[in-house]
Parts: sequence; structure tokens; C-alpha cells
Amino acid sequence: MSAPASLPVRILNQGRYEAVTMLRNGEQLILAVFLPLMALVALSVTPILDGYGTSRVNMATPGILALCAMSTAFTGQGIATGFDRRYGVLRFLSTTPLGKAGLIAGKAIAVVAVLAIQVVVVSIVAAFLGWEPSWSGIPLGLISLLIGAAAFTALGLLVAGTARPEATLAVTNLLWILLAAVGGIIIPAGNLPDIMQPFVEILPSAALGEAMRSALIDSSFNFPATLILLAWTILGGLAAVRWFKWS
Amino acid sequence: MTVPNDEPCLTIKGLIKDCGPVAGLDGKMIRVLAGVNFSARRGSVTALLGANGAGKTTTLECAQGLQPINGGEVRLLGQEPYGAGAELRSRVGVMLQDGGLPPSARPVPLLHHIASMYADPRPVDELVSRLGIGSFANSNIRRLSGGQKQRLAMAAALIGRPEVLFLDEPSAGLDPQSRQIVFDLISELRDDGLGIILTTHLMDDAQKLADYVYIIDAGRTVAQGTVAELTAQTDELADQRLLTFDAAPGLDLAAVGLSHLVVRESVPGHYTLRGALTPGDIAGLSAWWARAGILPSAIHMASRSLEDVFLDLSGREIR
Repeated sequence: MSAPASLPVRILNQGRYEAVTMLRNGEQLILAVFLPLMALVALSVTPILDGYGTSRVNMATPGILALCAMSTAFTGQGIATGFDRRYGVLRFLSTTPLGKAGLIAGKAIAVVAVLAIQVVVVSIVAAFLGWEPSWSGIPLGLISLLIGAAAFTALGLLVAGTARPEATLAVTNLLWILLAAVGGIIIPAGNLPDIMQPFVEILPSAALGEAMRSALIDSSFNFPATLILLAWTILGGLAAVRWFKWS
Repeated sequence: MTVPNDEPCLTIKGLIKDCGPVAGLDGKMIRVLAGVNFSARRGSVTALLGANGAGKTTTLECAQGLQPINGGEVRLLGQEPYGAGAELRSRVGVMLQDGGLPPSARPVPLLHHIASMYADPRPVDELVSRLGIGSFANSNIRRLSGGQKQRLAMAAALIGRPEVLFLDEPSAGLDPQSRQIVFDLISELRDDGLGIILTTHLMDDAQKLADYVYIIDAGRTVAQGTVAELTAQTDELADQRLLTFDAAPGLDLAAVGLSHLVVRESVPGHYTLRGALTPGDIAGLSAWWARAGILPSAIHMASRSLEDVFLDLSGREIR
């Protein structure tokens, strides 16, 4: 009699398949790797971040890692899910032993796998640019990055599960640019005009950027930023569960 | 637990399904299914026949557990399918109407990936050769023709060795060769003991493939039976016969005295007589031909086709 493969096997296979699909997609690769690297180099050779932190690259790298999480979890994953929904891929895979929960778990694994590759690539380039992270803050930084990836995955799924894929493409790309520029992710909210600061500080982008900078520059746990990220994760997750449409 | 083989593999009783809210209707819900009854057995092909929009796909999605239901009962292999576990899903193969395959993937790696969800999948190579997928194994799915996509979706549905197979419009977009491959395979799978449930709006498919047919219209089951039963139902339409003959145009058939039949010359020289034809009518008609010196160039008689049944039940207006 037919039987399913075990749950871990199904989820890991789905995660690997989705990760490979993401890495094979040219546009996703530009968004996930090349744009963050360009931003890292630009911030290291221009005086935008002067006056904060010990060096330009030390100040820039934590924010660039946060940007990577936003690229993959929110924009890349959101667009892929939106089109999978349009083409009935989500419906088909939910009829296989993978199921709806396995599909979401597989996506989460793919996001973490691609993010791990991004972290390695960005860290190597940053090291060549003279990056000296606070070593004791690295575990804290990785935890913050995972929480941020969870928040952005939930938000990406929320957009992909409620809007048309073309709208998802437009919205997630536009938000990526806006949040990267003025969302407090690379350039701290404190550098923005006073009137914007209270709004920007509660954005998931700013919270993740701040949590990463606290961890990798000062080895300190940024409690308010982590709380904001967890709130976005829970609210985004609940909203996605409530409104996500599979077809 | 194994369901005994004489038990239906799928039963649907009084299924009700509301969809919406619909923006065009002030956000009201619409009742898509208002009482569908359906049952399918192993080792047979059961067709769900209906016009576009009758609720075929929604019925299948409720049966597959893709959608929650608002009333009635659905039992797939003895279980409620919505929210059922991987164990049930591994015993059921699904081919969606639009395929549900990612356009950027390639056929064979995709099949290997789907196979990895099962403990003992069918060998991918076997399905690839059986369904003629080898000739386009390395193309992106978005470049495949409708028939190629359909065959790939069929392979994806079969890879887990299902006991129950759902096929939503299996012949849509198939060229004659693909159609033959798919139809032969369906018959073979039925002989292997699978319970096959398919939807179609093509009478021809149902007549060729199905052992048992359910006709749904506007979200309700309106008729069921074997093709033979349905076309010979004992209502007032059952003794409907159709006689057509070709002869010289402009004949006055009123002279024959067949007032209980609907007699028309639909195209000049092509005559149709529809109704409860008796052997006496035919004797009268041929006697009139003899008297008038008419030798028809063609004569044809038919009983009701499944299409007639379907049109009688679901109305002849176009929707």
C-alpha cells in the first residue's frame, strides 16, 4: 500500500528544491546577493555612515545582513509563492503527502538555506573590506537574523497569499527599495529626519537593522528591537493564516 | 486500516459549499454546491459530468480536501479529507485542471522531487516512457504544449501509486495521439483496481471512459447511472428516438400523418423526425416513400445519446 515518506524527509526535500529554484533564478540572485554586496561596497567607500561606529564597514555590514534577510524572506519568497499560487502549484503540492504545513515548512527551510549562503558571501566580502565584528555578539546576531527572517517570511506570505502575483511582485520590490533606503535597515533611524523617526523605528526593517547592529557592534541584546520583530512575526503570521488564499 | 474493496472509495452526500464573499454581489456569499451526491468504487471510472460552472471542480476540491465544506458529508477512503494527514494524501493522486506545475521547472527533475514525498514511489523512468515524456524531458514546463503538460500532470498524479485517482478534465487540450495514450492508461489503471474519478464536459469522453456517470447542474446532482441507464431512462423522454433521412428537398411530410412526431426539414433535403417513434410509424413512412416514388439517399435511426440526456437535464440554453 502506498505510504508517505517521513515528515522530515518531505520537508527537507521541499526546502532543498525551493532553495535550488531560488538560486537558479537570475533576478532572485541579483536581489539576494548582488544588490546587498553593491550596497556594502558603496557604504564602505562613501562617507554616508561616517560618525557612527568604529569604521564604515563595521557599521554597514550588520545592516547589509539584515537587508539579505529582507531580500530572501520577503521579496524573493513572496514573489515565488505568489506565482506558485497563480499556477496552482500550491494546490497541487497540498494534495501530495507534503501538505500545506509541509509546504510552509519547506519554504522556511529554503529561506534559511539561502540566507546562510548570503551570510557567508557577505561576511567574506566584508572581511576583505576590513570588517571586524564583535565576536561575542555573533550568536546574538544570528538569532536576530532568524527572527527577522521569520517576520519577513510571514509578511511575504501575507502579501503573496492575498494579492495577485503581479501586485506581489510590484509591492515587495517597491517595499524592498523603500525600506532599504529609508526603513532604518542600513541607515539607522536616528540618521533620518526627526519627523520620520517614530514611524521608522517600529518597522521590522529598522528593528532588524538595530538588533543586528547592537549584536555585531556592541555585543548587546537589543530588547525593544527584538520585541518589535517578534510582534511583526506573530501579527504577520496570524494575518497570513487568517487571509492566505491557496488558490 | 484497509477499506474493504467493495466499499466505495469516495462518497459525497448532500455536499454544500459556499464561496465568497463576492465583490460584485455586495460581498455576499454564493452557494456553489447545493446538494451534490456522488459515489465512486475501486476498479471503475466514475465521471462527473456538467456544463462549465456547474460545480465540477469545486466538488473535486472538496473531495480532495483542498477546501472545507459548509454542509453534507465527504468520505475519501473512509476519512474526512479536509485536514486529513499525509497517510491519506499518499493514497490519493490528483491531476488539477490547470496542472499545478511550476512553469520554470523541468519535467523529469520535478517528477523526481514529487516522488521523494512517497515511501515507495513508482519509478520515474517507467512513467516517463509510458506517457511519452522523454521527448520533452529537458524543456521548461512553460514551453510545453497543452497535451504535454497534461501528460506530465498525469504522471505527477500517478507517481505515488495511488488507490484513488482524481482527474479534472483529463482530455482538455489533448491532440488525438495524447488522448489515446491517456485514455489507454486510464483503462489500464481501472483494470489494476484504482478508483478513478474524472470530470468532463465532453459527452464523448464520458461515453467512452466512464462506467458510471453523475450529472451535476447548478451545484446539484441531477442524474446518475451507467451510460446505458442514463440514455434509456424511463421518463417521458425515454422513448425518444430520432430518425433522419436525406431525399429531394421540399417534400410535404404532413401527408404521412405523423402528427405525434416533431418533423422538420432542417436543411433542404435533410429531414428529422423526433419523438416516440413506433414500428408502425416507420412502416407508414416507407409506404409513403413507395407511393410517392421516393428513394432516400440516407436513412439513420438513433436513440438518445448521453448528450441528449445532459441537455434535457441541464437545459439547452447557453450559459
